[in-house]
Amino acid sequence: MTVQDRKSPAAGATPPSGETAGTGQPNDTTEPAPIKAVRLRHPWRTVLAVALILAFALFVIDASRRPAYDWPSVGKYIFDRRISEAAAVTLQLMIYSMAIAVVLGVILAVMRLTPNPVVKSLAWFYIWVFRGTPVYVQLVFWGLFSTIYQTIDIGIPFMDPWISFENNAAQNYFMLACIGLGLNEASYMSEIVRAGLLSVNRGQAEAATALGMSWSQTMRRIILPQSMRVIIPPTGNEVISMLKTTSLVIAVPYSFDLYTRSRDISSEIFNPIPMLIVASIWYLFFTSILMVGQYFLERRFARGVGDRRPDRKVAVEPGSPPVIAGQGGGQ
Amino acid sequence: MTHITTPNGVSASDVPMVFADRVSKSFGTNQVLKSISLTVNRGEVMCLVGPSGSGKSTFLRCINHLEVLSAGRLSVDGELIGYREANGKLHELHPREAARQRRGIGMVFQLFNLFPHMTALENVAEAPCRVKGLPKAQVEQQARDLLARVGLADRADYYPAHLSGGQQQRVAIARALAMEPKLMLFDEPTSALDPELVGEVLEVMKGLAKSGMTMIVVTHEMGFAREVADSLVFMDGGVVVESGDPREVLSSPQHERTQAFLSKVL
Repeated sequence: MTVQDRKSPAAGATPPSGETAGTGQPNDTTEPAPIKAVRLRHPWRTVLAVALILAFALFVIDASRRPAYDWPSVGKYIFDRRISEAAAVTLQLMIYSMAIAVVLGVILAVMRLTPNPVVKSLAWFYIWVFRGTPVYVQLVFWGLFSTIYQTIDIGIPFMDPWISFENNAAQNYFMLACIGLGLNEASYMSEIVRAGLLSVNRGQAEAATALGMSWSQTMRRIILPQSMRVIIPPTGNEVISMLKTTSLVIAVPYSFDLYTRSRDISSEIFNPIPMLIVASIWYLFFTSILMVGQYFLERRFARGVGDRRPDRKVAVEPGSPPVIAGQGGGQ
Repeated sequence: MTHITTPNGVSASDVPMVFADRVSKSFGTNQVLKSISLTVNRGEVMCLVGPSGSGKSTFLRCINHLEVLSAGRLSVDGELIGYREANGKLHELHPREAARQRRGIGMVFQLFNLFPHMTALENVAEAPCRVKGLPKAQVEQQARDLLARVGLADRADYYPAHLSGGQQQRVAIARALAMEPKLMLFDEPTSALDPELVGEVLEVMKGLAKSGMTMIVVTHEMGFAREVADSLVFMDGGVVVESGDPREVLSSPQHERTQAFLSKVL
């Protein structure tokens, strides 16, 4: 049948729009058969995949036989009391320093967005210093805190102090490590938070203001919750990064974290390699858990975006006519 | 006190809802509003029309102090907006006071500006709950009633992203109404909508006008202006070019700029 046949009114007595047209006719509305095409082959993909699998298998088999890895020692020390305790300490270091970093980061981000130029510059200066110097150097500095500030004086500046006491707090290396890591991280967190706050459309703050909400209500209820979607992914990155940065706390010097502890044990058994594997397995274990946590957090703050619809079943179709109560319709 | 700025001092019916006295606004060297004077009475629906960049939206935003005036005075319900006048001097209001003034003025935006992380119901309930501090159950019931009033009772638990543009704008109207404003400002409420969705929003606005709400509507919907508005103001280049009864202005515009504009729009 040609196109001309279809168009020509003489082709049939039935109107072209008829839904009851016979099968095989131009207006046949029966379901067409699903497409079953011969799939396109990608031979090089297969070759590459096989090569990669072979290379990886080779590496694994080789590693399992290589004496230098000393797998029996790995098995022996992976659940060693000292190691699991050190793992707990590393986790604590990460949690406390990230807590400091997030709180201080939010404060710094808000400071940078205030109209007060002094507050703004102060936040800028903080970020300039703490982001611009290596965290290792900062940790060494914190270790020397008690040397720099030997006593804590209370009184009028540049006069004889009323009260003066020894700076004993600075001998707590765990605390110093948390502060050192936390203050460094805060400079990064503040930039992440600031990016998040700036990502929220200006109209949101305007709508909240127009409703009579205060600045802090607007921040807490409208801006921050929306910025979370932007803040969380890079923060997850920072948390994982922090977990690993805790291995630098020996600079303070604090020596009960996972990495330093496993180094200590390796000097006992005269082989550093298995203890490195033990530490790596623990770090990987923690980062895996953190990644799962991040997934759920992201889902929580994705409310209102994406395809998830409310669970409620809706009977009425969209576009139901608007009615102002008691007005009897405007028509 | 010598100035009539307190709502308590004057009987309500005497005072116009909005009184603008030579309102001017500049952004840097760019003067957007040049001495706008107009009065909107209680229960009046005023349509502001004019080409884009004529200052309509800026004027609207001055009314609830989203923009700060450069010169002139603007009062709503007899109360000076954004300032307090004492001993012949203007004092800036504390943000708390400015927020209190805004509570009585509802605003509907061109791009809806619904809170995307809240459902329609939460959007409507947020301000009465947080700002007025009303009990949650009462606010929720009120919010459901308002959503029903704009024809969206069945969409209460939907997030804005899952509503059509027209539905979103109706939620935005309900949200503004939740604060029980005495004045409603509409900033091109239908300009961002598909043509087939414009009607449902205008329908809600018509109902609102019939219920006696004082409304200022920046719009390009001349049909709405003709049918619903009590007065029409044509602005161009930051000045009021022509104003009056909408049917008269639209059918026989006096000023040539109005004629030129209307010939393109109608």
